[in-house]
Amino acid sequence: MTKTSLTIAETAQMLLHMCRGMQASKDLLSEADRAIGDGDHGIGMARGFEVAQQKLESQSATTLDELFKTVGMALLTSVGGAAGAVFGTLFRSGARNLAVLENFDTAALASLLNDGLQAVQERGKAQVGDKTMVDALQPAAARAQELLSIPLAEALPQIAEAARLGMERTKDMVAMVGKARTLGERTLGHPDPGALSTYLILKYMAEYVTGSTRTEEG
Amino acid sequence: MKAKKIINDPRNVVPELLEGLMLAYHGRIRKLEGVNALVKTELPQDKVGLLIGGGSGHEPLFHGFIGDNMADGAACGNIFAAPTPDVILAATRALNQGKGVLYLYGNYAGDNMNFDIAAEMAAEEGIATRTVRIWDDVASAPPERVDQRRGIAGDLFVIKVAGAAAATLDSLDEVYRVTAKARDRVRSMGVAVSAGSLPETGEPTFTLGPDEIEIGMGLHGEAGVSREKLLPADALVDKMMQRILADLPFRRGDEVCLLINDLGATTMMELLIVNRRVRQILEQEGIAVHDTVMGSFCTSQEMAGFSISLMQLDEELKRYYNMPARSFGYTRA
Repeated sequence: MTKTSLTIAETAQMLLHMCRGMQASKDLLSEADRAIGDGDHGIGMARGFEVAQQKLESQSATTLDELFKTVGMALLTSVGGAAGAVFGTLFRSGARNLAVLENFDTAALASLLNDGLQAVQERGKAQVGDKTMVDALQPAAARAQELLSIPLAEALPQIAEAARLGMERTKDMVAMVGKARTLGERTLGHPDPGALSTYLILKYMAEYVTGSTRTEEG
Repeated sequence: MKAKKIINDPRNVVPELLEGLMLAYHGRIRKLEGVNALVKTELPQDKVGLLIGGGSGHEPLFHGFIGDNMADGAACGNIFAAPTPDVILAATRALNQGKGVLYLYGNYAGDNMNFDIAAEMAAEEGIATRTVRIWDDVASAPPERVDQRRGIAGDLFVIKVAGAAAATLDSLDEVYRVTAKARDRVRSMGVAVSAGSLPETGEPTFTLGPDEIEIGMGLHGEAGVSREKLLPADALVDKMMQRILADLPFRRGDEVCLLINDLGATTMMELLIVNRRVRQILEQEGIAVHDTVMGSFCTSQEMAGFSISLMQLDEELKRYYNMPARSFGYTRA
C-alpha cells in the first residue's frame, strides 16, 4: 500500500493538509521568532497559508506546477517581509519544471526542492551555515536527490527528517543574514524560525502521504 | 505588561492608519485599489517616478513623505514588515510615465527581496526601474561592509534630495545618480532608551533594564554597539558623534544638514538638549550646519530614544536640498 506517487488531485489534498498544519503551527513559529527576531513569523506564515488554502479550495488546478505556483503567489503576496519573499520563491520557482509531470513522485519533489533552493539562494544570497531556512532546505533537497527512485511515501519522511536535522543544527549557528544578523551571538541556542517552517512544511507533506494526520501543537 | 495603545482591532491598524493619513492629505494622495499603496492624485506629466516604501509603524516614514518635490508614491507593508511584490508592482505601474521608476527604501533583507521581485515583474512588463537602498546606520556594520548597514532616519535626507531630483531631472539614470550620491553622504546613529511594542501583540520588541540604554540599537530592536548605564546627554552625544564623524569621515570645512530624530517617545526638550551638544561638537570640528531638522520622522512605535543624522553637502546636493518640498511628514518652504 506504499504510495509511489500522488495524482494532481491528491497533491492538492497534500498541499491543503500542509496549509492547515502551518496555520496550526502559528504560535510555535512566533515563539521561535521571539527568541531571535520580532516574533511575527508565525503571524505572517499563518496568514500566508490561510490565503494559500483559500486559493487552492477556490480553483481547480489542472497541472502540478499551477498548484505549487498558487501556493507560492499566495505566500509572496500575503506573508510580507523576508519570509514571504523566500517561501513564495521556494514554491513559485520550485515549480518551474513540474508543468510536464502527471504525477507527484519523489523525483518531482526533488525537482521542487532543488529548483526552489537555487532560486531562494539567488534571491536572499544566503549560504549554508548562515542560520536561515537554507540550512533546512539544502539537506532536504540533497536527501531527495539521493532517493529519486524510492516511493514518495517512503522518501518524504526521510526528507523531512533531513530538514529537521538541518533545523536542529541552526541552534549552533550565529545568524549571518537578515534582521537576526545584528543579534549575532544572541541567536545561539535558538533554531532559525525559517528553518523550522521549512521542516514543518515537509513534515505536513509527509503526514499526508503516509496517512498520519497529526498537526503540530502550538 | 502589554503596552497601552490607542487603536481599534489590532488587525486593522495598517488600513486605518493609511485612511487617516489620506484624510490628512486632503485629496492630494489616493490609495490604489486592493493594495496598500498610496500615490499622488495628480502626477506631473512625463516625470521619472519616485517610489519609496517599507514596513508600516515608523510613521511618518515612509508614506508620510509623499508630496510635492518628495516621493510620488509609497508601497506600505504591515507593521515592521516589507511590502509585498504585488503592492510594489501596482505602485510602479501607477507611477510609470514611460521614464521609469526609482525604488528608494531602507536596506533590510525583506525589503530588498520584495522590491527585487517587483523589479523583475516590472521589467517583464517593460517598465524600467532602478534601486537605491539607504544604509546610513553606522552602528549596524563596519564601513567596509556598508551594504550590510540598515537604513534609519537618514532616509529623510535621501528622500528629500531624490524627490527634488526626480522633479527636475529627465532620466532615471540621472535621478539614480543624484540619489545614490545623497545616500553615500549620509551617516546616522541612534540610541534606544526604552522599547516600543508591536500593535498586534502588545509585546515590547526588546527589553532594557530600568537604567540601561543601548547605543546603536536598530529600529526593530536589532543589536547595537554597546549596552550601557544611562549617561548625561552630553556624554552620550559625544560617543555618538565620534562614530558618525569618523565614519564618512566628515572634515573641517564641510557643510552638513543635521537631523535629530525622535524614535517615538522622546521629548522635544530632550532633542533640543541633544542639539546643543551636537552644535558644540560641530563648531569645534569646523563643520558648518546648513539646515537643522528636528522632530519625529522615523519612529518605532513608543520606543524612546533618538538618532542623529548628518548629510555632507556639495553644490549639487545643496541645490536639491534647498528646493521647497511639501508632504505630511516633512515640509520645507
